[in-house]
Amino acid sequence: MIEKWIERALFSSALLCSLCVTAVFGFLLYFSWPLFLDARGLANVFSWVWKPFAGQFGILPMMAGTFSLALLALGIAYPLAIGIASFTHGLAPARITKTVLGLVYFMTSIPTVIYGFVSVFILVPLFRDYFDRGTGFCLMVSAITLAILIVPTIMIALKTEMNQRSEEVCMGARSLGLTPAQELLWVLLPCSGRGLVIAAILGFGRAVGDTLVALMVAGNAPVIPHSLLDPIRTLTSHIALVVATDSQDQAYYSIFAAGLMLFLIMAGLTMVIRNLGNRFGQGKKRHDIPS
Amino acid sequence: MTFRPERILGIFSWLAVSLVVVPVCVLVVYLFVRGWPAMSYALFFGDTPWRAAIIGAQPVFDGIYPAIVGTSILIICSSIIAIPLGVFCGIYLAEYAQGFLKSIFSFMVDLLSGMPSIVMGLFGFALILFMRRTLFSHANTSLMLSAACIALLILPYLIRMTQVALESIPENVRLLGPSLGYTRWQNIVHVLLPSSSTAIFSGIVLSIGRAAEDTAVIMLTGVVANAGIPRALSDKFEALPFTIFYLTAEHRNDLELQKAFGSALVLLVLTGTLFFISYCIQKNLKRYWRLGE
Repeated sequence: MIEKWIERALFSSALLCSLCVTAVFGFLLYFSWPLFLDARGLANVFSWVWKPFAGQFGILPMMAGTFSLALLALGIAYPLAIGIASFTHGLAPARITKTVLGLVYFMTSIPTVIYGFVSVFILVPLFRDYFDRGTGFCLMVSAITLAILIVPTIMIALKTEMNQRSEEVCMGARSLGLTPAQELLWVLLPCSGRGLVIAAILGFGRAVGDTLVALMVAGNAPVIPHSLLDPIRTLTSHIALVVATDSQDQAYYSIFAAGLMLFLIMAGLTMVIRNLGNRFGQGKKRHDIPS
Repeated sequence: MTFRPERILGIFSWLAVSLVVVPVCVLVVYLFVRGWPAMSYALFFGDTPWRAAIIGAQPVFDGIYPAIVGTSILIICSSIIAIPLGVFCGIYLAEYAQGFLKSIFSFMVDLLSGMPSIVMGLFGFALILFMRRTLFSHANTSLMLSAACIALLILPYLIRMTQVALESIPENVRLLGPSLGYTRWQNIVHVLLPSSSTAIFSGIVLSIGRAAEDTAVIMLTGVVANAGIPRALSDKFEALPFTIFYLTAEHRNDLELQKAFGSALVLLVLTGTLFFISYCIQKNLKRYWRLGE
């Protein structure tokens, strides 16, 4: 009898978590709904001009900012992460491997705001002086900072997959007389293709979702970037900025539309990852325990 | 000499490691070098005597003590909400859920863990707008709201950590309970949870670190630059990460810059300590299972 109630309690906690997710989606939809009823409003928000005082609330420049920043950061971080994953997979002495792994795990615990903070005081002046153009707050600086931030995410996902594959193939590879480097390059990396894609998506998602780095070092100008030294504004920092400056009612619709966009992007990425095979799987099969 | 791609891979991997290790070391060393001189009594309490500050008799104006208190209360409140919920949910997903229901719930958890923190903050902000329009016209962003949104943010980590901890228990341990005639719940309470408690605990410590560092959520849900020590859960509050963010953009003099470096160092030490605790637990855990085999 009590077992039944416990199961119900556990079930309702799981239900509550799911309801929270639905509620997030519901609220975003509810507050941006007026836009979808009015074709002019929709065209206004999905336009290339953000001039709140002239009544123009386009969020497309921020979309462009988000994607260019995330792709650039991924482009820098992804090769680095593959390099580190290979490094810790037999290319280096065990002691160095352990230190590097420990450091990468430590990186996950460094607060985002600290990455942004240090970047403001080291990278930004460097770029300002070296390129002698603008304020130094630009796409490139934020992409480099963000790349450092997402390296651990990509690397850990990659390593998990490679460890699993390695168990399956390492005996065969060793018996063929391959060196660890050959095994990595010709066996392990080619056969963890799924893991390579999942790791890239996870890193991309982390880059899209990050607020603080973009807000602190990207310059926040709501324009389409034409060069790596242009300031950009992302969807995430756009939300933070508009809420902080307390604009008029119309601007609020546009931030909820931006929030909805972010939600949909992340939901899409999550679905792609699940289709590729969930990292955590469905749990291993076990004997059914009678209750 | 022939062309050997694996040699290039070797060189490339050393290069990649140094390109990541060097910036991170620079970051930590830089924060210590610039932040250490700022470590002083005045950084924490300003001009206020510490006894008076701690019992709340006198407000602290120049120190980061209110921010530390704000962050602590935030961590405690969000843990109270998220830990039981997350652990229960994890137990359900690992031990009870099956088939279609399990895939729905785990999709929801995946969705939640992919959610950008600013969207969580926006959700809290929307909740307040909604409450103002409907029943509570005086609702405002507050410590309580931030704690709830932060709880939502750390919930997926807790769920996954619990679920993975339970699912990675070896089969022989798992069958111990039923073989003695335990029911499913008795088996969970007396066998499975005790043998996975350290793993779950390390997940809890990690998620506390997340709660301490997040800035985007609290920015939209009630943190302000100068609130003093919160008197109630419905007050606005200060928090360490927000202090750092705010001072970076708005510092007016060298003293405030010093304060920013000081608070950055304090936050780094705080999250670093939490990470270290969780790391040590996990290390011992591996040894524990190896012995058990």
